[in-house]
Amino acid sequence: MRTEIRFSGFGGQGVVLMGYIMGNALALHEALECVMTQAYGPEARGGASSSNIVVSKEPIDYPFVQEPDILVALSQEAYTKFRPTAKDGATIIIDNGLVDPSAEDNTHGIPATQFAEYLGRRIVTNVVMMGFVTAVTGIANRESVEKAIEATVKTKTIPLNLKAFAAGFDYALEKELAK
Amino acid sequence: MSNRRVLTGNHFMNGDIATAEGAMAARIGFFAGYPITPSTEVAERLARRMPEVGDTFIQMEDELASMAAIIGGSLAGKRSMTATSGPGISLMMENLGLAAMMEAPCVVVNIQRGGPSTGLPTLAGQSDIMQARWGSHGDYRIIAYSPWSPQEAFDLTVLSFNMADRYRVPTLLLADEVIGHMVERVVIPEESEIEHWERKKPTKPPNGRFKPFEALDDDLVPPIAHAGEGYKVHFTGLTHDERGYPDMTPDTHQKLVTRLVEKIRVNADDIIRTEDYQLDDAKIVLISFGCTARSARRAVRDAREQGIPVGLLRMISIWPFPKKIIKELASNADTFIVAEMNLGQMSREVERHVSQPVVGVNHAGGEMISPEKILKAIKEVAGDV
Amino acid sequence: MSEMIVVQDHPLDNIIRKDRMPHIWCPGCGIGIVMRAYATAIQETGIPLDQHVVVSGIGCTGRVAGYMDIDSYHSTHGRALPFATGIKLGNPDLTVTVISGDGDLASIGGNHLIHAARRNIDLKVICVNNFNYGMTGGQVGPTTPTGAFGTTAPYGNPELPFNLPFLLAASGANYVSRWTTMHIREMKKEFLYTYSKPGFTFTEIISPCPIGFGKSNNIDTGLEEMELYRRRCELVRPGELPLDDLDINLIEDKPIYVGRFVDRDNPPFSPAKPKEEK
Repeated sequence: MRTEIRFSGFGGQGVVLMGYIMGNALALHEALECVMTQAYGPEARGGASSSNIVVSKEPIDYPFVQEPDILVALSQEAYTKFRPTAKDGATIIIDNGLVDPSAEDNTHGIPATQFAEYLGRRIVTNVVMMGFVTAVTGIANRESVEKAIEATVKTKTIPLNLKAFAAGFDYALEKELAK
Repeated sequence: MSNRRVLTGNHFMNGDIATAEGAMAARIGFFAGYPITPSTEVAERLARRMPEVGDTFIQMEDELASMAAIIGGSLAGKRSMTATSGPGISLMMENLGLAAMMEAPCVVVNIQRGGPSTGLPTLAGQSDIMQARWGSHGDYRIIAYSPWSPQEAFDLTVLSFNMADRYRVPTLLLADEVIGHMVERVVIPEESEIEHWERKKPTKPPNGRFKPFEALDDDLVPPIAHAGEGYKVHFTGLTHDERGYPDMTPDTHQKLVTRLVEKIRVNADDIIRTEDYQLDDAKIVLISFGCTARSARRAVRDAREQGIPVGLLRMISIWPFPKKIIKELASNADTFIVAEMNLGQMSREVERHVSQPVVGVNHAGGEMISPEKILKAIKEVAGDV
Repeated sequence: MSEMIVVQDHPLDNIIRKDRMPHIWCPGCGIGIVMRAYATAIQETGIPLDQHVVVSGIGCTGRVAGYMDIDSYHSTHGRALPFATGIKLGNPDLTVTVISGDGDLASIGGNHLIHAARRNIDLKVICVNNFNYGMTGGQVGPTTPTGAFGTTAPYGNPELPFNLPFLLAASGANYVSRWTTMHIREMKKEFLYTYSKPGFTFTEIISPCPIGFGKSNNIDTGLEEMELYRRRCELVRPGELPLDDLDINLIEDKPIYVGRFVDRDNPPFSPAKPKEEK
């Protein structure tokens, strides 16, 4: 079973890191195959950027995301640009402090940027969102993603990042959105 | 990062970084390069990693200099490598010929992007296949490998260093941007499990005149002495005799250049690497390499589910061409399909060796060929069979 | 008729590849003088000969590497410096000299020249400047005086030449000097000095090329050109003249300034090392 996930937002929100951390968790801490790809070059800076992962129990042939099963959007522009690429019935996850989804869309929202600001560092918005995504999709165990965070971020920022992750994860539990 | 030369363990890394770590594991001693997309991460990683273990990294003024420098580094006794893409590999062709002529072992990484010219700096191509083989002037041979995953980028970088040293020949890692930039699991083995082949060295101490171009063994590879070892060697890009002395005569040229070519031909079985998938009863033989082989494998799997007798020959080595293997497959096949991200470079080579029709599935570059496109070609061919 | 003297041994037999003689250089050419000075100098460095490496590019001067009986490398046109950079960094214990011509080093290799000097990498460069591409029959190059004739400038060279000491000084070399093939003692002494000088050193040697350059420019023989050096050379002490006054105009009767122009101790290139953890 091939699952495709797209993380999107504007440049500087750390969407590449989201893909990397989730991919790291899936490829190294779950018994799964995983490929991460991203856009490169000046076209990839600013505007709506994305990182993409494909997850499967079997070796992955074609590495690119074609129709995401899960779309994460951290900005309005990213939502507008990538929402049409998602599969019918895809899980759509947004920062509902920044994204105003279309009325008929069934989304799962968290004010991730606000959470991050509350924690004192807006830079951890992406990690708050990782916690929320992990809980809502159940794609990876909480421990796997936490290990991936510890292995990826600067050592001195690990406690802050784990706190941010927990904030997102717990918000999903609180809202009874967790799988 | 780490002061270890070999990062034993499981990693989630892209093909460029895996290539750099492969070089570390292969005990690279000298890297000279010039940053160019999409190979830059190779240089960036080595700029950080090599000094950690006391190795030398230098960013040169251009690719002409980078290629010249790694030949110097190699002839001073260090395992040497450069990495480039697109216009950079064109500039390196000058001294790739020098490396072939001097029989200087070295590894040249080409993370292929779309060409010609500046082309597609950030997007993939597989259109340097023929350039890799024929890009410098004159007759010579090189070895080239093409990974289809970051893991294989690691493995084949190690192999490239070993082959370069065993055969005293420049060896190309002919990857592509998709593999260079995609991130996947890479398992780096224990240091003790990494193969390390030594260069053939002189058997006698330096007295009398050592001949660094005298090949007495069946493999046609002469022993090498490095700068500073006392053998008073002479290396030149001119046509030279067995002492290395310039000798611009037709006879010496014939002898030297023939050996440079034969050296790779007679050892082809040792150099060539391929992988079979569903080939046993295949009437349609699909040939592919690098990132395109990933789509090809999926297309074969899907076609098999529909009962089409198709199999995949994945070329892990690109040069020398696996002539013998292709001819064996031809004894049982009706049609060949070659899927590649160029407008028919490898299919042209396949055509030279088989009498069956050869169908190309091509794209000029910038976008990986999809499994669906290859499946469509397979079904069209199967319909005709 | 005087009696022919047959010499059995030559003082440089131990360092010249005798089996490569005779050399290819024309009568009156100055490259042999430079090679002899180099060969004599390196024997006096105190550095074992098997630790000396010579690298050259393409051209008449490029053939020096083929005649020295030490580890010697004849690379591609213009690439002697990056090739030598690889050898030096591959084995920093080696003493690496680059001997090549003005066309090789300053035209096709010009980018490498300024960058090697900028890095101040520990290479000893000897540039034999004969104002033309001699091996291929006298084409103009980066040092050909304006108005001088060459086979590719039949109406006179329309371009301005490089002032090599000025270029090298601006690029960052630790040591820059200029001599002519008439300055045999100074040349050897200065070569020897460069081996005690860390960093990039550049010694320009003005040399006759009677067949390639002289014949088209009214300097008929090598001896005549040597005579011209004797008449026109003026020794300059460091700092005595602005570097941009060091242009050479061989075809007009102007001074040829020689001497040690730059002698400084900027740190030579050293490969990057990780910062110590604090």
